[in-house]
Amino acid sequence: MSDTTLPLSSGGTSEPLRFHVAEEPHPPNGTLLGFWLYLMSDCLIFACLFAAYGVLGREYAGGPTGTQVLELPTVALNTTMLLLSSITYGFAVLEMQRNRQKPMMVWLAVTGLLGAAFVALELTEFAHLIADGNGPQRSAFLSSFFALVGTHGLHVTCGIIWLIVLMVQVKQKGLILANKRRLMCLSMFWHFLDVIWVGVFSFVYLMGVLP
Amino acid sequence: MSTPSDLSTLIFGRLTLDQLPLHVPIVLATFAVVAIAGIALLGVITYYRLWGYLWREWFTSIDHKKIGIMYIVLGLVMLLRGFADALMMRAQQAISFGHSLGYLPPEHYNQIFTAHGVIMIFFVAMPLITGLMNFVMPLQIGARDVAFPFLNNFSFWMTVSGAVLVMLSLFVGEFARTGWLAYPPLSDIVASPDAGVDYYIWALQIAGVGTLLSGINLLTTIIKMRAPGMTLMRMPIFTWTALCTNVLIVAAFPVLTAVLALLALDRYVGTNFFTTVLGGNAMMYVNLIWIWGHPEVYILILPCFGIYSEVTSTFCRKRLFGYASMVYATVVITVLSYLVWLHHFFTMGSGASVNSFFGITTMIISIPTGAKIFNWLFTMYRGRIRLEVPMLWTIGFMLTFVIGGMTGVLLAVPPADFSLHNSLFLIAHFHNVIIGGVVFGLFAGINYWFPKAFGFRLDPFWGKCSFWFWLVGFWVAFMPLYQLGMMGVTRRLSHFENSSLQVWFVIAAFGAFLILLGIVSMLIQFWVSFRRREALRDVTGDPWDGRTLEWSTSSPPPQYNFAFTPLVHGQEAWWEMKRHGYRRPVTGFVPLHMPKNTGAGVILAGLSLVFGFAMIWYMWPLAAISFVALLATAIGHTFNYLRDYHLPAAEVARVEAARTALLDSHV
Amino acid sequence: MSTHEEMHPDHGDGHDELGVHATLKGYFTGFLLAAGLTIIPFWLVMGGVFTKSGPADAFILLLAAVQIVVHAIYFLHMNTKSEGGWNLLALIFTLVLVVITLSGSVWIMFHLNDNMMPMTLQQARNLP
Repeated sequence: MSDTTLPLSSGGTSEPLRFHVAEEPHPPNGTLLGFWLYLMSDCLIFACLFAAYGVLGREYAGGPTGTQVLELPTVALNTTMLLLSSITYGFAVLEMQRNRQKPMMVWLAVTGLLGAAFVALELTEFAHLIADGNGPQRSAFLSSFFALVGTHGLHVTCGIIWLIVLMVQVKQKGLILANKRRLMCLSMFWHFLDVIWVGVFSFVYLMGVLP
Repeated sequence: MSTPSDLSTLIFGRLTLDQLPLHVPIVLATFAVVAIAGIALLGVITYYRLWGYLWREWFTSIDHKKIGIMYIVLGLVMLLRGFADALMMRAQQAISFGHSLGYLPPEHYNQIFTAHGVIMIFFVAMPLITGLMNFVMPLQIGARDVAFPFLNNFSFWMTVSGAVLVMLSLFVGEFARTGWLAYPPLSDIVASPDAGVDYYIWALQIAGVGTLLSGINLLTTIIKMRAPGMTLMRMPIFTWTALCTNVLIVAAFPVLTAVLALLALDRYVGTNFFTTVLGGNAMMYVNLIWIWGHPEVYILILPCFGIYSEVTSTFCRKRLFGYASMVYATVVITVLSYLVWLHHFFTMGSGASVNSFFGITTMIISIPTGAKIFNWLFTMYRGRIRLEVPMLWTIGFMLTFVIGGMTGVLLAVPPADFSLHNSLFLIAHFHNVIIGGVVFGLFAGINYWFPKAFGFRLDPFWGKCSFWFWLVGFWVAFMPLYQLGMMGVTRRLSHFENSSLQVWFVIAAFGAFLILLGIVSMLIQFWVSFRRREALRDVTGDPWDGRTLEWSTSSPPPQYNFAFTPLVHGQEAWWEMKRHGYRRPVTGFVPLHMPKNTGAGVILAGLSLVFGFAMIWYMWPLAAISFVALLATAIGHTFNYLRDYHLPAAEVARVEAARTALLDSHV
Repeated sequence: MSTHEEMHPDHGDGHDELGVHATLKGYFTGFLLAAGLTIIPFWLVMGGVFTKSGPADAFILLLAAVQIVVHAIYFLHMNTKSEGGWNLLALIFTLVLVVITLSGSVWIMFHLNDNMMPMTLQQARNLP
C-alpha cells in the first residue's frame, strides 16, 4: 500500500504513467520453448526406465546375464548409425539456415535412412533374443532391458515418421518460418534421442557386459 | 475364425454380455438413473437446438476462458460421482458390524473406494485446478490466450476421455479393486485378471496426456506471454503458484506415465517388473509411483495457496504481506516436494538411514508452508477484513489446514508412522489437508472468480450455508477417523467385528451427510444465483475492488481479454492503475491477432477413448484401427497452417463501445 | 501457433527467433568429440581392458556424462542465453530430478533388499 514501490518509469517527468500499449505487441513464439519442456518431461520417462533397469538389471532369475546376451559389435554399429545421423541432421540445419531446400532435403533423407538402419539393427537384435527364448518375459533384467531400449527405439521410429511428414510439408509449403520452426523442433528431438542413447549404451550395454 | 464365438472374440475381445452388471441391483439402479438423466439432458439440448451452439462456441473453442469453465464443469460433475462413492462407503461402514454385513459386497466396496480416490484426485481436483489456472492466469498476466490454444482444447478433451472411461467402468465390466494407486502384486494379471485395472491404467494414461500437455502449455504461457513490464517478481501470487504447479506437472506426470506403462506391460505382455517371480520387485512400483505421487499433492495445493493469497489481500484491502517470501516459499516447496516420497512407505523396510533421511526432509517441507500461513495472518492483521464467501473459505482453510499439517508432521516421524501407517489416522490426515486445503481453496476460487466469468456474483446466503455445512461436516466426519486410527483401525475395510467402534463410524457418517448438505447448498447457490442474476449483476468488472489485472477488463471478459495489452508498473497492476485514476481507452483500437476454433481436439480425444476402450477389452482389430486413425488425424492436423486470424479493429471498437454504453448507464 | 505472415518464404530473418546460429565448425567439433568419447569406452570394454565392474562403471559413467555435455553444447546448442535462460534452467532442474529419481530409487531399493531376510528357494515354495 505504500507509494515507494511504484517505479518511476516515466523518467521523473510530470508525464502521467501509461497503463497500456497502443500497438499490438508481438509476444515471442513459444513453440521451441514448449517443445524443449516436452523433451524434459520425456527425459523423466527415460529416467524412470533407467531407474527400473538400475534396480532390476541384475535380477537374472536364473536366466541369461548381460555378458551372455548383449552383443557389443551390433551396438557399436548401431551407435555409429545414430551418431552419424546426428551430424547429417546438423548438415540439414546448416542448409536450412542458408535457405537451400534441395540439399537440406537430401540431408534429411540421409538422416532418416540412418535412423531406419538403427531401428532395423535393433529389431534384429530383439528378434534374436526372443528367438533364443530370452524375451522380455524371461527375467526382470530382460524386462527392464527391453523396456528401456525398446522405448528409445520407439522414439526413433516416431522421429522417422515425423521426418517424413516434415519433408512432405517442406515440399508443399517451402522453407517458411513455421516449417523452419518444426525442423528445429525435430532437430532437438533427434539430438535428444542421441543423448539418451549415450546413456543407454554406457549404462545398459557397456556396464551390462562387465560381470 | 471358424466358429462365431471366435469371430466375436476377435471383434469384442473379452467383452461379453455378462460384463453388464445386470445382476447387481445397486449398479443397475444407478445405471437407470444416469441413463434417464443423460437422455433427458440430451433431449433438452436437442429440443432447444443447442448442439450447434455448443459445438461452435464451446466444444471446439480454443478460448482459454471457455476451456477453463468447461474444466470446472467437468470437475463439479465428477465431484458428485466421487462424493456419492464417499457416502456409500460411510453408510456401509456405519452399519456393517457383527452379524450385519451392510449392503455392499466386499468386491463392490473395493471398487468404490478405488473409484473414490481416483475420481477425486484425477477428475475432480485436477480439472478444477487446471480450469482455474486456465481461466485466471492468462487474464492475470495480460495475455490474449495461452501459448498453444489448440493444445489447450485437446488437453481438456483428453481429460474428459479419461473421465468417461472411469464412468464407463461402472456399467461395462468393473473398476479396479486395488486402491487408488493400484499397487502390485494385487493389481497384476494374476490377482486382478479382469478389466478393472485396465480401466484404471488407460483412463489415467489418456487423461495424463492431457494434463502433461496442459502443463507445458501454461508454463510456456507464463514464461513467454506476460504483459510488458510484468517481471517475474511482479507476477500475481496465483500466477506464481500456477508457474510452480505446472513445473511440477511437467516434471512429475511423466513418472506416472512410465510406471503405469510398466504395469501395463506386466499385464499385457507378461514382463516381470513388479511380479513376485522371475526377479520382479513390487516395491519398485511403490517407489516409482510415489515419486509422482508426492509432487502431485503439491500440484493440487500450490494453486490453492495462490488463491488464498489473492483472496486474503483483496478482502483485507491490503497488499499481500511478504510477497517475496511467499514466492521463495513456493519455489522451495516445489523443489523439496521431490525429496520426500519415501514417507508414503516408511513401513516397507528400507532401514533406519533411508527412513530418517526422508523423515527429516518431510519435516523440513513444513517450514515454507508455515511461512505462508504467517504471511496470510499478517496480511489480515490490521486489515479491513470483509467476510465475503471467498474470505470465509480462506479463514476456514487456515484453521483446518494447520491441524492437518500438524498431523502430517506427526506421520513424518517414522516410528509413529509404523503404528499409524494405513490406519484411519492417515485417511483423516490427508482428507484434512486435501479438503481443508485444496477443496476449500477451489471453492474460494470459484466464488471469487465466478463474477469475472459470468458477470454476476454468486448468492452469498447459499454460499455461506455451503461453507458452514462443509466446515462443520468435515470436522464431524474426520475427527472420529483420527480417533479410530489411534485405536488401530486400518483403512479399506468393509466389515468390522468389534461393535464398540460403531459409534465413531456413525458420527463420521453423519459428518458426511452434513458435507452432502454443503454440496447441495452449492448447487442451490448456482441455481439461485442464476435466477437472481440481474440483482447480483456486476457491470464494472471489478466487484470485489480487486488488485490484479483480471479485474481491469469487463465481466465476462471479451474474447480478446484486453482491447489494449496492459503495461505493468508494479506488483498489483490493477490497484495501481486505479490509484492513478486510470481511464479506460475508448478509441484507437487496432486489429487483434486471435486463434481459430478447431474440432481436431474433440476428434483426437474421441479416438483416444475408442483406442483405450478397445485395449481394455482386448479388441485388437478395433485398437489397431483407432490407433491408425488417431495417428492419421494428428498428422493431418499438422497440415493445417492457418490456425489464426485477425479480429478487425471495427469489431473490437463495437464490443468496447457496448461496454462504454453499459458503464455509462450504471454510473 | 503459426501466423499468416509465416506462410511466405522466410529470408533468413527468422533466425533470431529460431534462436540458433549453427555452424559447420560447431557440428564437426561436436562430432569428433562425441566419436572419441564413444570409441574410448567401447574400446576399453571390447578390447578387454576392463574385465570387471566396479571402478570401470564409474569411468564409463564419467565418459557418458562428458559426452552428454558435448551433445548438449554442440548439437542441442545449449547456452545460458537461449530462450532467456529458461532452456538451461529447465535442463538443470530436470537433471537434478533425474539424479534424484535414479540415485534415490537405487538407494532405497538396495537398502530394502539388504534389510529383507534372504530366502532360499525351498522357503519361497513353502510360503503360505
